[in-house]
Amino acid sequence: MKGYDLFELAVRNLRQSKLRNGLTTVGISVGVASLVAMLSLGVGLQQLATRRLAGSGMFDTVFVTSKQDFRGFDREDDQKTEHPEKAPVLDQPARDQMTHLKYVTEVEPEVRVMGEIVYGGQTHFGFVTGLPMSARENEAFDNLQGKFFSGRAADEVILMNEFAKELNPADPKQLIGQEITLRYGERQALPADSGDRPQLSGAETAGDSTSGDDFGFSVVRKTQALKVVGIIQEEPYGGMRTVSRGRIFLPVDLTEKLHMAQFIDMRSSLRGGGGKSYMTLTVRVKDPGKVAEVQDAINKMGFRTFSILDATKSLRRFFTVLDLFLGIFGSLALAVATLAIINTLVMAVLERRREIGVMKAIGASDGDVKRLFFAEAGAMGFFGGILGIVLGFAIGKAINVGTGIYLHRHQLPAEAVWILPPWLIGAAIVFSIAVSLVAGLYPASRAARLDPVQTLKYE
Amino acid sequence: MSFPTTADTQPAVRAEKLCRYYPMGGGVIRAVDGVSLTIDRGEFVALLGQSGSGKSTLLNLLAGLDRPTSGSVLVQGRDLARLTSEELARYRRNDVGMVFQAFHLIPSMTITENVELPMRFAEVERAERAKRVRQSLEQVGLGHRLEHRPSELSGGEQQRVSLARALANRPQLLLADEPTGNLDSRTGEDILNLIRDVSLSLGMTVVMVTHERALAERFAQRLIFLGDGKLVSQETLA
Repeated sequence: MKGYDLFELAVRNLRQSKLRNGLTTVGISVGVASLVAMLSLGVGLQQLATRRLAGSGMFDTVFVTSKQDFRGFDREDDQKTEHPEKAPVLDQPARDQMTHLKYVTEVEPEVRVMGEIVYGGQTHFGFVTGLPMSARENEAFDNLQGKFFSGRAADEVILMNEFAKELNPADPKQLIGQEITLRYGERQALPADSGDRPQLSGAETAGDSTSGDDFGFSVVRKTQALKVVGIIQEEPYGGMRTVSRGRIFLPVDLTEKLHMAQFIDMRSSLRGGGGKSYMTLTVRVKDPGKVAEVQDAINKMGFRTFSILDATKSLRRFFTVLDLFLGIFGSLALAVATLAIINTLVMAVLERRREIGVMKAIGASDGDVKRLFFAEAGAMGFFGGILGIVLGFAIGKAINVGTGIYLHRHQLPAEAVWILPPWLIGAAIVFSIAVSLVAGLYPASRAARLDPVQTLKYE
Repeated sequence: MSFPTTADTQPAVRAEKLCRYYPMGGGVIRAVDGVSLTIDRGEFVALLGQSGSGKSTLLNLLAGLDRPTSGSVLVQGRDLARLTSEELARYRRNDVGMVFQAFHLIPSMTITENVELPMRFAEVERAERAKRVRQSLEQVGLGHRLEHRPSELSGGEQQRVSLARALANRPQLLLADEPTGNLDSRTGEDILNLIRDVSLSLGMTVVMVTHERALAERFAQRLIFLGDGKLVSQETLA
């Protein structure tokens, strides 16, 4: 029998007992709805959790540190490094090398130093951090008042709103366009063999003049005039990065141009050689999918790396388990619906004994009869699946509205905890049909086995 | 069908030592017990006998609805006992038409749909199906009420529909199991007239089970009497 004939006969048979088949279909739809509602709750919660991480802008970022510096993100990794003193230094050549790696779009240092802002004759303390130009895309700058930096090393500053309030409690916005003065420590390298180093404030290496490899630097107090260009409300990168924890943001190239002294410089001075080294470099990758590849390449260079992939590993594991549990719960109703399908079809086989016999007598094969019952089961699964999606969608909307009201009462912004991804719609319908076909196995083979001679006996 | 030269000379049906036993309780019922017979092409044969004489069982064996316990049934040179169930289904679909005492129309389907059903199994194209449905119904003298359900028709009309359905796939063998059993005598005669006319015009072989000897004598060319599953006697009519 041809496919469309099969479908036509199946549908006409289903319509013969509308109530019974309708109820069974509704049963399937309840099963599908509960599965869909549960799974999309899982998806929604997962997206809620990752949304915050996504805000950190870390999905396309690899953090690189030197193994010489005992400040890894992974304690085990530190113990594995047997000769940290031989590990490469995170210096300018290394940075250049990373910049030329495939898929890398930007390599910037993380700069965070203590600074002072002089404004209106008053001095205010705060962390000064350097932002790359790519930070413009971060969502913290969606609500930027004023403008972003005009250039990579522009003498400009963006302030956190709370800091701006500290400077000008009456009208922080009025700061935009004004000039403020930044006071900071400048790092000044000393010539290696200089006998008469300037005795200034700050760190200074204790010279052992006999060894001949003396190296050091001075930290000199400097001031720099900066123009306030913008004010932001939220911490950039979702408050999850070192550079997020600043109150005064400068273009990262400006911080380098000004040679702002950082803690890492102390470490560099011990190492000798005079070169500048970085504490942490953030490597931006063109495509989040290539993060692992870039991470591997940098690992091969001998550096320690960290990316969101590492951070989300356990999170993903948790959600896999959660999805599994939600899926099992959701499937329970569908399992019950499966029994309903079996019941309905067994009834149909009993009722249509004579009809099945007639069909066989006029040329239906066992396979035709079996396929007909399969088609009926599949059709119920299909319609049940569609109805179930609609029902599940309604339940999900209700969950969202409910949590929205709850969050609102607690003065929190509404979040969609329930999300129905398109793949789940397709998967639910396919799954519903598959389950129905499995349920149809027994009734269909029972129908196919009917002996036409017995069913056609004149009674 | 694969040997056209010999097929013409072959009988339509040849049964040899055909047996069909049913286990029943501790014993065995010998419904058909060693029947050998030959039916020629285009012949109209009536199977007669008491209830339980095995005539319906024999018919079911010829129809490929049942399988013999032993012996063979050759229809157009093929031994039905050796066909797979799929091949038997194809045989019932293409080579045999059946008419029943209880009509066995599908009550939820219209007349048209009932006649169309065997062609669905035979995978006949839609346009061709519509044409053949009309043809078959015209052959049995039903040109109206095509969208009615069987329950809205009289017994005679229902049997006509049943005959039209049997003719739909152009079979060479028509098997009728008490076709007049549910009809009054006048209508019964009409149906048998119709069966005879159609079989003559299409060159179909007809095997009819009946217990009404008078009717059989009027329409059949040969009477075969069965008793206790055995062939008792045969009578060829002029």
